Amino acid sequence: MSQDIMNLVEKASMRDEPPEFEIGDTVDVHTRILEGEKERIQIFNGVVIARRGAGTRETFTVRRIVQGEGVERTFPLHSPRIAKVEVKRSGVVRRAKLYFLRDRVGKAVRLRERRVDRRKSKEEAQK
Amino acid sequence: MEAGLLGRKVGMTQLFDESGEVVPVTVIEAGPCHVLQIRTVERDGYEAVQLGFDDKARRLASRSERGHVAQLESKRAKLRAGAPLVPKAGCEPKRFIREIRGSADGVEVGQEIRVDIFSDCAAVDVIGTSKGRGTAGAMKRHNFRGQRASHGVKKVHRHVGSIGQSAYPSRVLKGHRMAGRYGNARTTMRNLKVVKVDAENNLLLVRGAVPGPNGGYVVIRKTNKVG
Repeated sequence: MSQDIMNLVEKASMRDEPPEFEIGDTVDVHTRILEGEKERIQIFNGVVIARRGAGTRETFTVRRIVQGEGVERTFPLHSPRIAKVEVKRSGVVRRAKLYFLRDRVGKAVRLRERRVDRRKSKEEAQK
Repeated sequence: MEAGLLGRKVGMTQLFDESGEVVPVTVIEAGPCHVLQIRTVERDGYEAVQLGFDDKARRLASRSERGHVAQLESKRAKLRAGAPLVPKAGCEPKRFIREIRGSADGVEVGQEIRVDIFSDCAAVDVIGTSKGRGTAGAMKRHNFRGQRASHGVKKVHRHVGSIGQSAYPSRVLKGHRMAGRYGNARTTMRNLKVVKVDAENNLLLVRGAVPGPNGGYVVIRKTNKVG
């Protein structure tokens, strides 16, 4: 019963349609940034290496290499500051957390691209 | 009456405010509470409103608990005939009964009080029983710093240091902070900001933490913090 109440409370601040992407996808995260009065969109591009948490507390971590230095940003999935998450490429991965990428440099960082988009095939299957 | 209510801590989560900032909140199932009794200066020497929260099965409640909330049939009723009847709430027996101090203006026995009394209230105090930690050392209990990890410290890394001096006072002063029972004590969190009042589902969302485990009973009142 307590869980029902928590779900009810969390639902109010959750997105109805959370952005769709998977671990290993290369994504553009569009974040809204408020500069004084003006609102600006900033894009963070990288590979989704982890998703954790549930409900409003769910977050995802995006990793990219900037000037030879690894940079990771963790975004709350349901944050209203995230305008959208655009999937650029999908990678072939066999685990839920891609922390092994942290130990890799250079060409080894690349993930094999997934040719068939699983989401698209899912939609086709529904048809 | 003074705005006060009884409730149950459901748990913590986080929400986003208008600017997208994360707000940590505690969800409290607050009320509805029945007014079980009204304390008056003439009868009790002080003014208060007694509230009851959470129904208790009648088979588990004692006769005195049942009689406290509703008029019971009694063999001695005839003997007491003529004596004024004490007003009763006429509700189910309650698990959690507490008094809210203050005048009982505009409140009657049996009346139901709901969360909406906090709808124009900016901040509340929440009183509960903190989680019991059993026998705890001075570091956990009083935030002492303990001793160093090296430089000759042996086996006393989490101990208290000196507890007194030799010549004067040559005894340990009373009330000196040491290891011992920690937690399971009445704790008040003051001035918690009210984030949301959900009258429909009897929920109160306050910013920050509230004493006690999830499922623990709490007393909520309008904050007495000034400014």
